[in-house]
Amino acid sequence: MRSINLLRTAALLVGAFAAVPSLASAQLRVVATTPDLAAVARDIGGDRVNVVALAKPTEDPHFVDAKPSFIVTLNRADALIEGGAELELGWLPPLLENARNGKVAAGAPGHIVASEGIKLLEIPTSFDRSKGDIHSLGNPHFMIDPVNVKIVARNIATHFAEVDPKSAATYNANLAKFNSRLDARLVEWQKQLAPYSGAKIVTYHRDFVYLAQRFGLTIVDELEPKPGIAPSPAHLAQVIGRMKANNVRIILVQPFQNRKTAETVARQTGATVIDAPQQPGAASNTASWFDNMDNLVRAISNALGAQK
Amino acid sequence: MQFTRSTIALALFAVPAFAHAQVGPPKSKQDSIARADSIARADSIALVKQLEKELGSSAADTASTAAQAPRASGGYMNIGFVALTDAGWSSASDVGAIERGDHDPKVNGFTIPNAEISLDGAVDPYFKGFSNIVLKIEPNGETGIELEEAYALTTSLPANLQLKFGQFFTEFGRQNPQHPHSWAFVDAPLVLVRMFGPDGLRSQGLRLSWLLPTPFYTEAMVTVANATGGTTSSFRSPDSPEIHGGVIDEKPVGGFSDMLVAPRLNTSFDLTETQTIVLGASAAFGPNNSGPTAKTQIYGADIYWKWKPAAAQAGFPFLSLQAEGMLRNYDAAQRVSEADPAVTLPSETLKDRGWYAQLLWGIKPRIVAGLRGEVASGNGAVFASELRRDQSRLSPNLTWYPTEFSKFRVQYNYDNRHELGNDNSLWFQFEFLIGAHAAHKF
Repeated sequence: MRSINLLRTAALLVGAFAAVPSLASAQLRVVATTPDLAAVARDIGGDRVNVVALAKPTEDPHFVDAKPSFIVTLNRADALIEGGAELELGWLPPLLENARNGKVAAGAPGHIVASEGIKLLEIPTSFDRSKGDIHSLGNPHFMIDPVNVKIVARNIATHFAEVDPKSAATYNANLAKFNSRLDARLVEWQKQLAPYSGAKIVTYHRDFVYLAQRFGLTIVDELEPKPGIAPSPAHLAQVIGRMKANNVRIILVQPFQNRKTAETVARQTGATVIDAPQQPGAASNTASWFDNMDNLVRAISNALGAQK
Repeated sequence: MQFTRSTIALALFAVPAFAHAQVGPPKSKQDSIARADSIARADSIALVKQLEKELGSSAADTASTAAQAPRASGGYMNIGFVALTDAGWSSASDVGAIERGDHDPKVNGFTIPNAEISLDGAVDPYFKGFSNIVLKIEPNGETGIELEEAYALTTSLPANLQLKFGQFFTEFGRQNPQHPHSWAFVDAPLVLVRMFGPDGLRSQGLRLSWLLPTPFYTEAMVTVANATGGTTSSFRSPDSPEIHGGVIDEKPVGGFSDMLVAPRLNTSFDLTETQTIVLGASAAFGPNNSGPTAKTQIYGADIYWKWKPAAAQAGFPFLSLQAEGMLRNYDAAQRVSEADPAVTLPSETLKDRGWYAQLLWGIKPRIVAGLRGEVASGNGAVFASELRRDQSRLSPNLTWYPTEFSKFRVQYNYDNRHELGNDNSLWFQFEFLIGAHAAHKF
């Protein structure tokens, strides 16, 4: 009797342990390199996916530490979403090398390259680091142009459906919902920024070119003399001159950029420093990509409006 | 099936053929033939369109992957070159005796202790290949060259396994597998040079690694490699008489017991959102050449802790602590003295130990202040080895990285060799990197 009870207990225990992974695996385990990609993936995947982002919303996506815990996360992932424009070049390759997960290896359906099909801007014609830290595939900060994000959403939905065919209908339905919501919001965003078409702005890094192009803003200069090169006093003096000449009244900075430098320039020019985080979750109540874009457009239009 | 396939093939071939034919034929062609032509053409075009549609997604994949592959150095292989130039002065007249590492500044004045060509790339879907070829200016001014590493790494073994084979730095502790370019100080820690020799522990062999199914990162590794060679200092190295003082017991490899075996366990936790700790334990077992059955055992423990705030600028500020401790039991057999063949040295166990701890503070973007303290000591033995002398060192330093591709470093060393007295050294280091920049591991 006792041995039967023991057997039964053992069987229950084994069953319980076996059930844990099967419950967990009901959802697709998705890893996104940055929070913006993760936010779009959550909208497309809905309740069929569990998405984690490696980089923190407030962190410079160029300089993420390749923490060993990320190896474990990638090892157990069903899908990986990366930008595909070398933004993560400094930290993703060693993680993937050690993750030993064929599902997310380059070329596998679970390895999603978000920028696939996007026309990247500023593709260098020559590789020369004397021009700063340029990315050989073009400017990687493409997620703040809603039209690009439509392509990203499509890429994610296509790959999700391939990795998890039984939920394909859900992914496609979510994509359709995402697109119609995006189309509607895009009209709104364009309306909000339309009065400031041609407005001149300055940014810290070359990370707002896609937004400027979409909404007709003009980026006069960056505080960095060259991409990835720290601002020098001589360059800042030039920027101040250029801002005064062009009557530039706003400077956009992200949470990981040197706000003090921006404020110094702002004091000299009478401009305002605007917090313009590109990653969802960096500002409060911006968990989704839409919330963050709303926040970004509102911050810019308010600032430009105040200048009028 | 056969029929369908050949029909498709025929249709596909037909497209260029018809397209070609379109240019030539005069209008006086019979109507029926023209009609047949156009029907066949329409069919084949429809078929091609359908195939294109079916293949569309994969064709797009291929195109974008192809566009993504080339990097700054292009093509199928990443090529990088990194050169270290050191300059400085030490109060020690025998600089080479306090700076024993091969990539340390070993002379007063200028030197290039490490100029490294690194190559890497995917071999095929199953392997990645890596190589590091090192050139260096020896203290006598000659250029030395060494094949530092040349190995392949598997990419798709089952069960979370990974195999590395070729010549590579043995995964023992934190710093041994690192290249001088990623060191936080101008020179190698005393304890590493004592245990592993001037070039670090590396040899030809294979390493099997297993990523454990634990909720946190745990990796178990074991390396099996040749124990013989110039870079297996504590084992069967031609330079071993400097440790045990005896004539080398020459012995060909007879079996597994003649190999070097090095297990390692490495684990890591994220203590908070902004703090991570990595803990490791390593060992290395193998024969030494003081006698036919003489053995060496080395044990090590290492820790790395790092704090970086959530909104760091280009990775700054940060605080990190790295420390390693090691213990060596070198069983020296009864052996004939190399210096005097009439003398026989008794069998004895040479015991050495040492540790270092280094604190790095990334003060503001691109400026790092460092402080390293270290001690290495050995027990008394009949043969008094210069390599086993008690030594300690304190090294504050400051590094400025204009970008990730260049750095300036200044370091002061206070060396204490006990009975030989103290020395003061000041070293400057400049490094530049061109080509591909391998991503840094944590």
